[in-house]
Amino acid sequence: MTRDEVAHLARLARLAVTEEELDLFAGQLDVILGSIARIREVAASDIKPTSHAVPLQNVLRPDQVAPSLPRQAVLAGAPAVEDDRFRVPQILGEEE
Amino acid sequence: MTELYELDASQTAEAVASGQASAVDVARSHLDRIAAVDSEVRAFLHVDVDGALAAAREVDQRRADGEQLGPLAGVPLAMKDVVVTAGVPTTSGSKILEGWIPPYDATVARRVKQAGIVMLGKTNMDEFAMGSSTENSAYQITRNPWDLSRVPGGSSGGSSAAVSARQAPLAIGTDTGGSIRQPAAVTGIVGHKPTYGAVSRYGLIAFSSSLDQAGPFGRTVLDTALLHQVMAGHDPADSTSIPQPGPDVVAAARQGARGDLSGLKVGVVTELTGAGGGYQAGVLARFRDAVDTLQKLGAEVVELSCPHFDYALAAYYLIAPSECSSNLARFDAVRYGLRVGDDGTRSLEEVMSLTREQGFGPEVKRRIMIGTYALSSGYYDAYYGQAQKVRTLISDDFRKAFEQVDVLVSPSSPFVAFGVGERVADPMAMYVNDLCTLPASLAGTPAISVPCGLTDEAGPALPVGLQVMAPAMADDRCYRVAAAYEAAYLAEHGPILQHVPTLGASR
Repeated sequence: MTRDEVAHLARLARLAVTEEELDLFAGQLDVILGSIARIREVAASDIKPTSHAVPLQNVLRPDQVAPSLPRQAVLAGAPAVEDDRFRVPQILGEEE
Repeated sequence: MTELYELDASQTAEAVASGQASAVDVARSHLDRIAAVDSEVRAFLHVDVDGALAAAREVDQRRADGEQLGPLAGVPLAMKDVVVTAGVPTTSGSKILEGWIPPYDATVARRVKQAGIVMLGKTNMDEFAMGSSTENSAYQITRNPWDLSRVPGGSSGGSSAAVSARQAPLAIGTDTGGSIRQPAAVTGIVGHKPTYGAVSRYGLIAFSSSLDQAGPFGRTVLDTALLHQVMAGHDPADSTSIPQPGPDVVAAARQGARGDLSGLKVGVVTELTGAGGGYQAGVLARFRDAVDTLQKLGAEVVELSCPHFDYALAAYYLIAPSECSSNLARFDAVRYGLRVGDDGTRSLEEVMSLTREQGFGPEVKRRIMIGTYALSSGYYDAYYGQAQKVRTLISDDFRKAFEQVDVLVSPSSPFVAFGVGERVADPMAMYVNDLCTLPASLAGTPAISVPCGLTDEAGPALPVGLQVMAPAMADDRCYRVAAAYEAAYLAEHGPILQHVPTLGASR
C-alpha cells in the first residue's frame, strides 16, 4: 500500500492525516492487509454470505406519536448551536 | 473483619436483604476502596460518587418501605464507558466524545437501575472498544491488579480490572471479538458474551453492529448469571433483539454448582488448542487440566475439528473494520462531541476531517481505513464479501459440532496478561489475542470465560481462562458447565482471587 493510496482512503474517510501518519499507516495497513488476505484462499464461491448471526427481518411498530427527547437536551451536547438548531459550517463554497 | 467490598455480589445482596448492611454502607465501602486503589489500577474514567450514594439511598428507602426488591438490589456495579448513561459522562474511551453528557440511558443502564443495582462509575476501555489491552484508551492506561506492570486485557479492561481489584463485585462489558472473555481470563474473573441479540444494544456506542454484544462480569459464575438475568430480554428499541425469552441462566449456574456433568458431551476444538503454535505452554497446560476436571465431573470429552475457525481472524478483521468505518461516520462534528477548525472560512468537510483527525486515536484510524478499503468498489467481493461467506462457513462448523457435542471448550486467550507497551507497536501482535474468541463472535453464539488456574511461565503467577461455547440461545449450558468447573476448582484450590497481591499498600 502506497502513501497515495493511504491518502486516498483517508480522504474518503474524512481523516486529515499528517505526513508522518501517511508513512506509518502505509506500512501498518500493508501488514494487516497481508495477514487478512488469506481469506481469499477459502473456496466459497457457492456459499451464501452471512451479514448477521440472527436472521434479520423488518420490525414494525404502530405508527403512533411517542415522546421524544426535549430539544434542549439534544442540543446540549452539540459543539455549536444557533436559534435552537445545530449550527453547521458552510456546506457550499462561496462561488457554488 | 471482612470489608464489605470483599464480598461477592450474592453475599452483598444477602447482606443488604437481611439488613446486616445498608446499600449506602456497601456503596461507601466500594467508593472508599476505589479511592484507595484506583490511583494504581486506573480502572475508572469517572466515579459517580453522588449518583451512587443517591441510588443506594433509594434502595434502602424502598426496602424500608417494605418493597420486594430484585436479587441484586444494593449491589454495586462498574459500567463500561461504551454504555450511554443519562447525566453521567460517556466517552467510549475517545477524545472525540470528551465531556459529552448523554441525554438518555442505554437499555442495559436502565435495566440495571430498575434492578436496584448501584452504578459506581464508568470504566476505561480501548477507544470505541477497538483493542485487547485497554491501551488504546485516549485517557489512561489501566493496570492488571495481578501485576501492575501488565495490561488487564481489553477492550473491557477497566471493567475486568475493577472486579478483580475488588472495586466492584460486578461489571458490564461489551464483546465484539472477545472484549469480555479475554479481559476476564487475564484478570482471573468470570465474563460471559451472551447470544447475539439476547441483550439489547440500544444505547451502546456502536463499533461493529452485527457483532457487538453487552454482557456481565463477576467474581463467581452465579454472580455473573444473576447480572446476565437483569441485562437480558427483548427490547423493542433494538431491531436485532431476539423477541423470545432467554434460558434461566441462574438456575443453570445453581444446577452446575452441584458438580455433576454426567451425560454431557464436551468437544475440544483442535483449531483452538495451539496445534499451529502461537499459544503459551502454561495456558495449554491449565487448559488440559481443566478438560481433565470436566471429565472427572462426568462429562464425555471428544476432540473435533472446526476447519474454518482458522480463518476467523481474517474474517473478523475485515467485517469489524468495515462496519466501524460506517458506524463511526456519525462523528461528524455536528451533533455531539468535538469540533476542530471551525473558523468561519472552512467548509463542513474540512472541519469534519480535522475533527476526526484530532479526535480519533491511531487504532481507530487504522480500522476506519481498512474498512473503507474493504468496502470500496473493486475490492468488495474479494474482501468484505468473502469474509461474509467465511462467516457462514464458521457458523456451519459450529452447527456440525453441536450435532455431536453439547458444548465446545478452548482456552479463552492464547496468552496470559502481557506487559504494558509490549504489543502496541505491531497491530497484528495485538489482534492475535482474539484467536480463541472470534469464532463465537462471528457465529453470534454464547461463550463464557471462567478462571482455570495460574501459570508462572511469564514470570509472576497469572490467571488463565477456560472458554465454554454453546449454541445460540443455550447460554444456560455455558453457565452450567462453568459453575460445575468452578465448584471443582474451588474445592481443590480455593478462590483464585486470593492470590491477587495487596493493592493500595503505598497508602
